[in-house]
Amino acid sequence: MGDWWTPAMMTDPILDTKDLSSISGISISPSRQNSLPSLHSTMTLPKTSYSVLSAFCTEENVSQCITYINQEVCSLGLSGVSLECNSDGLNAVPVLNLLYELVQLHRKAQRTLQELESQQLKNESDVNHLQHNNSRLKDQLEHARRENSGLHEGERQLQLKIKTLQNCLKSEKEEVQKLQSIISSRATQYNHDTKRKERECTKLKERLNQLLMDKRDKKLAIEVSNYVGRSDGKRGLWKTGKMEARHEGEMYKALLSDYESRQRSLMLENSELKKVLQHMKKDMISILSPKKPCVKTEPAEDSLEQVASEGEEETTDSSRETLEQSCEQAREQLTNSIRLQWRKLKSHMERLDSQASLVACQERESEDVISRREHEEEMQRMRLEVQQCKDFIHMQQQLLQQDMSSPCDEETAALLNDCYTLEEKERLKEEWRLFNEQKKNFERERRNFTEAAIRLGHERKAFEDDRAAWLKTQFLNMTPFVDRKRPALPETQSALSVSTEPEAKIQSTPPLLTKSQSYTAFSTPKAAPVKMPSTADLYRSLRLIPESRSHGRRQSSETLDKSRLRHGSADCSVFSLVRDENSPI
Amino acid sequence: MNFSDVLKQSNQLCKISPDGKYVATCVQYRLMVRDIINLQIVHLYSCLDQVMHIEWSSDSMFILCAMYKRGLVQVWSLEQPDWHCKIDEGSIGLVSSRWSPDGRHILNTTEFHLRITVWSLCTKSVSYIKYPKACQKGMDFTSDGRYMALAERRECKDYISVFVCDDWHLLRHFESETQDLAGLEWSPNGCVLAVWDSCLEYKILLYSLDGRLLSSYSAYEWSLGIKSVTWSPSSQFLVIGSYDEKVRILNHITWKKIKEFDHPGTINNCKKSVYKEVEQTTVVGGDNLSIHQLTAGNSLFSPKSKYEITPLPAQLPVIKPDLDRANPKIGISAMAFSSDNRYLATKNDNMPQSLWLWDMQKLCLLTVLEHTAPIRCFIWDPSRPRLALCTGNTKVYIWSAAGCLSVNLRVEGIFQVQSLLWHPSGSSIVLLSKEQFCICYMDSED
Repeated sequence: MGDWWTPAMMTDPILDTKDLSSISGISISPSRQNSLPSLHSTMTLPKTSYSVLSAFCTEENVSQCITYINQEVCSLGLSGVSLECNSDGLNAVPVLNLLYELVQLHRKAQRTLQELESQQLKNESDVNHLQHNNSRLKDQLEHARRENSGLHEGERQLQLKIKTLQNCLKSEKEEVQKLQSIISSRATQYNHDTKRKERECTKLKERLNQLLMDKRDKKLAIEVSNYVGRSDGKRGLWKTGKMEARHEGEMYKALLSDYESRQRSLMLENSELKKVLQHMKKDMISILSPKKPCVKTEPAEDSLEQVASEGEEETTDSSRETLEQSCEQAREQLTNSIRLQWRKLKSHMERLDSQASLVACQERESEDVISRREHEEEMQRMRLEVQQCKDFIHMQQQLLQQDMSSPCDEETAALLNDCYTLEEKERLKEEWRLFNEQKKNFERERRNFTEAAIRLGHERKAFEDDRAAWLKTQFLNMTPFVDRKRPALPETQSALSVSTEPEAKIQSTPPLLTKSQSYTAFSTPKAAPVKMPSTADLYRSLRLIPESRSHGRRQSSETLDKSRLRHGSADCSVFSLVRDENSPI
Repeated sequence: MNFSDVLKQSNQLCKISPDGKYVATCVQYRLMVRDIINLQIVHLYSCLDQVMHIEWSSDSMFILCAMYKRGLVQVWSLEQPDWHCKIDEGSIGLVSSRWSPDGRHILNTTEFHLRITVWSLCTKSVSYIKYPKACQKGMDFTSDGRYMALAERRECKDYISVFVCDDWHLLRHFESETQDLAGLEWSPNGCVLAVWDSCLEYKILLYSLDGRLLSSYSAYEWSLGIKSVTWSPSSQFLVIGSYDEKVRILNHITWKKIKEFDHPGTINNCKKSVYKEVEQTTVVGGDNLSIHQLTAGNSLFSPKSKYEITPLPAQLPVIKPDLDRANPKIGISAMAFSSDNRYLATKNDNMPQSLWLWDMQKLCLLTVLEHTAPIRCFIWDPSRPRLALCTGNTKVYIWSAAGCLSVNLRVEGIFQVQSLLWHPSGSSIVLLSKEQFCICYMDSED
């Protein structure tokens, strides 16, 4: 309450103004309860607030009013506060207290009223809602009821229908039964009738037969000009018991022979089948046995099986022996072993299949490698084909040549001749070219030699000059240095013998030395004639070098390039010798 | 293929002698026996009336001519042209006449199946067999001619009698477990007798020669049953054609079904082949119309045809039979084995234009031959696996494992092949039209 107090006081002016209007309004209710006059008074209060007549309290009735108020207050439960009437009038404090109390009361009442009103509103809305809901549910209920009744109606109708159908079915059944009975009765009737008819028929036939027989039909006859012998040539026999027995015997014989032949064929078939079985078994064993090593590498279960199969094989052999005697036991054994092996084979096949599929997968991956191989193979094949074609062409040519050799069509002969001369010409041309080349080479060499010869001539000349000068000086001087020259000569001769050795040696010898050698070589045989050597002489004297060259050429005509590459140095050296000879000049 | 001249014939009476030397034909009341090679008339006999049926005796020495209307049978001898035999069945009537296998007895069935009269040419004796049953095939001889099985009906029950043909001694007589026996047939080895019930009940019974019931077989109940029954020449298979358009094959050891051949309207198994006859409209140009073509009327006015392989799945022409009528045109009505047991030919009645050929080694369908017209007749070559068939037009169709062909008859006039007969050696075929016949000589090399 304390909390509430202050703000209430704070907002007093506003509250008061509000309250004033509300008071005026609300004050109606208690007054209404009290009496009409009071109501009247309060009604008129705002207008004539101080009109004496209508006022509740007047000068005269103050005490009465007080008591009345007191009573009222008492009845309101505010007993602690009572108004006392003094002589000088109303004591203000209790009145104010009372008033305050009243105001409080009023406020409370007001609040509760408000609450109640809101409650009321809420309730009203609730009620509304509920009412609405109710009505809705009622509608639903109604609908459901209607539906229900409809369904009920349908059900009833269906029931009715069922009933009628059942009736129908029953009647149908009855009809069917009736019809069936009719049919059966008819059938029996008809059967009976047919039987009767048949009997009658037979009777009639009998009768007819009888009559015909009795009548001794004149027409019934056979006219044969003369009797015919039996096809088998035998005579007809009398029907006797013996004959009957013979017929029986023959019949049984025929049957027996049939059964025998059938048995024979079955036996044959059986033996065939046995053979097949045996063969199969053998095959199976042969298929399974070489697998042993590779199988053994596989898990233990297989090896176990293998052991079993080994044991099996023994029994197989025994069964094979007993196969010929077709006794029960052997058969059973055989079938059992076959079955076992078959199972094994199957499992093996399955394993192989799985492996094969794996391999296939792998192969698919490495397909391009295969394709390359195939490609190569294809290439090989094609090459072979080409070779074959060539051979073929060659053969054709040969044949053509043969044809050519034999006198044939002149035109084609001429054409072929042309062809061949052309070929010949080509070959000759080629040879010519080679020859030319050779000639050119020779020419060049010759030129080189002539040049070398010229140079040699010059040198010799110089040498001659020198010698002449030297001889002159010798001659002129006539000094005792003569014996000094003697030992020098054999030395040079030995050097000459060295020079005749292969070029490789020459190559190794320093050019200066060869020079001296050549000097000595030329000097020794032809010391006396001092003249220019002819080219023929040159060739003769220098045969050593060109001959070896030509020899080298001839030998390496095909492998010229190779030899050039390999023995290039040797060749070069030959030329270098010449060049070295040239160089000093 | 060459064709002989066209000669006259009546009632499709044209038979080749069992020894293959002669061909007997009837024109009205005249019986002519011709040499098969040059068709020269060797003998000419005159019967008392129009002949309805002729039959060679097994030794080719006699020919039987039956005149059913008069109840007469006349027998002629080839060796002694002046020898003559006349059998008169008298007022009792005659419906069927046939030779016994020995060629010395004639079995005449009288009207109303009253009895079977057995006439002997050797002794002039006559014997009767009473109560023969009137049915599809009530009498059959074993192939060696020793025994005859006869269906009988006594006191509304079916009986089977087995006779020894030598002296017509009744060997066995036993009741058959049929409701209404429709037919019986000996196995080719003569040891098993197949007996089947009428179409109202699917039931086939197998009896031993001594009358023991070996086995019985029924595929289904409550609908129309067996339509045709055939033994394989080796006696190994018994094939049963039925109204459910299926062929069932029984084996000879257990007498159980080993295979069922269906005749579907569509063939979609790509391993099979369907040959369809395709007619080619010939363009007759005015320029190349030679006299030869004019005279050869047959080939001129009838379109050429050839077999073409139909791409699968192939639809076969199927007619819808009226199932409410008796003997509906449905089911397997004809079956025939090739002489080497290798092939089976069947005809389904509601696919009358198609012939089905089955491989009996693989027990599966081989080919279907589809024609432009319903098949009239198909017969295997007795000497090799070759089949000839006709469809009532001017062509002959030949099938062999190598292939099939249709041959237009190069004969004068219009010749529509209604029926055909193979020569026992397989060297020629006798082609019969309504009023004529000619011989088609096969090329020797094929």
